[in-house]
Amino acid sequence: MFEISELNKRNQKTQKLFQILFLMMTLMLIAPVVIILGTLIYKGGAIISVDFLFTAPTDGMTAGGIFPALFGTVWLVAVALLVSVPVGVAAAIYLSEYAPDNWLTRIINLAIINLAGVPSIVHALFGVGAFVIFFKFGTSILAASLTLAIMTLPVVIVASKESLQAVPKAFREACWNMGATRWQTIRRVVLPNAVSGILTGVILEVSRTTGETAPIMFTGAAFFLPFLPQSVFDQTMALSLHLFVVSTQVPGVPDELPYGVALVLIGMVLLMNSVSIAFRMYLRGQKKW
Amino acid sequence: MVTSAEAVVEDVKQPLKLDVRDLSIYYADTPALENVTLDVREHEIFGIIGPANAGKTSFLKTINRMDMFTSNMKVQGDIYFNGFDIRKTRNIYALRSRIGVVFPLPVGLPLTIYENVALAPRLSGVSNKAELDIMVERCLTRAALWDEVKDRLDSLGSLLSGGQQQRLTIARALSQEPDVLMLDEFSIAVDPVTTMRIEDVLKELKSEMTIILVTNLVQQARRLADRTAFFLEGKCVEIGDTEDLFTGNAKQQSTIDYIEGKFG
Repeated sequence: MFEISELNKRNQKTQKLFQILFLMMTLMLIAPVVIILGTLIYKGGAIISVDFLFTAPTDGMTAGGIFPALFGTVWLVAVALLVSVPVGVAAAIYLSEYAPDNWLTRIINLAIINLAGVPSIVHALFGVGAFVIFFKFGTSILAASLTLAIMTLPVVIVASKESLQAVPKAFREACWNMGATRWQTIRRVVLPNAVSGILTGVILEVSRTTGETAPIMFTGAAFFLPFLPQSVFDQTMALSLHLFVVSTQVPGVPDELPYGVALVLIGMVLLMNSVSIAFRMYLRGQKKW
Repeated sequence: MVTSAEAVVEDVKQPLKLDVRDLSIYYADTPALENVTLDVREHEIFGIIGPANAGKTSFLKTINRMDMFTSNMKVQGDIYFNGFDIRKTRNIYALRSRIGVVFPLPVGLPLTIYENVALAPRLSGVSNKAELDIMVERCLTRAALWDEVKDRLDSLGSLLSGGQQQRLTIARALSQEPDVLMLDEFSIAVDPVTTMRIEDVLKELKSEMTIILVTNLVQQARRLADRTAFFLEGKCVEIGDTEDLFTGNAKQQSTIDYIEGKFG
């Protein structure tokens, strides 16, 4: 009964073949990450030091540290998050929990998808027109962060909306049936169970915001500033733009400097991601249904 | 001496909890229930029996305005709850908080067992811990679940077994201290022994609230219901005293056939 037939053999062989194929594809995904990180650490690792992180560039940006750029990026990301997370989550709650299924809702959803597809350089020019010129914020952290916020809003909205909708409708109906209002239902049942998904959206947003260059180039990030920004109305240096500058715009930069900057940039993203991922795993570990 | 005629008059004077007149329900343009007129009296168990697709669940959904959740569900006719027209009231929250509902598929909310039962009191403004404690224990006891969960009230209600979740759902409905309790085939997910325990509880609850019991089990209707309605293919075929229906005094042949198990 259990003897292996020719057909069995062939099936198992094919199955093994596909398993290996899929494994290879998966490994190929890791390759770029490993190569990029490896190169950066190999070529730029040596330059990283406390001094490098916490001093300003010197000698026409060919020496010294990156502190103003690091400081500026943290500012830009923080202000962008401060705007896009509340707005994005609120919009997601509206679209998922309140919006009737009509043409207006469908147009809004379509607009969000399209917003996600707009190239970052277009966002940059929009930022110049809207925030720098029209609202008269000038080239400033505020203008740059708002541009970043608008650019990353779709990510927050879509991720939040999906995680809200992953909460089964039966839970909502059970609450409504007890006489709960929509808001009571959202606050007590829906939102607590969607937090981990919303956090995923924020993670994606942080990573993207940190690395973006084009949207901040014209709206608030400076080529070089001898001082730190004092308020959101000042210009600032930023890591991503600084990387672009030291790699291509300034002659006589030692090789390891751009690699070091890139390493710090990636390190920042990875650090923020891993904190959020750890938090998310903690929440997910507490399986709710 | 009370003559039978007087007894009938007495009977009619018994206050109406629900007065349904000429109710029709449509999904898009397909009728699910047509021209149903019936009344449910205070402190009775009103049974609704009938095969699948008879419109029983749609009927229940209409009573607490759940039709609002389904975009293509259309309702015509009048429903009076304690004399108030529920289709005209804007305060559906007050309506729903007075009606407890239990559906066939148990819904344990992703909250602790304690919070599942404390939710309705909390929604209505109770925040005193001692008060909530008493309420939670009483409702869980009535739903025949207390003994099984009293030592783990802080674990998640949504991770209980199906049968336990159903009893939790019943406890939650009771925690609303409803005027009307609507049960839709509550025993599907519950084992027979527990079903009998809950049935006993329902008999006791009758003194406090009105119960509408939709059931697939005709014998359950016979055991519990004071009056029973037979729904078939979107029509209310017959309403009568349960004893009459089950002792061969049903007026319609289809009712007799269904009760005797000839179809459905």
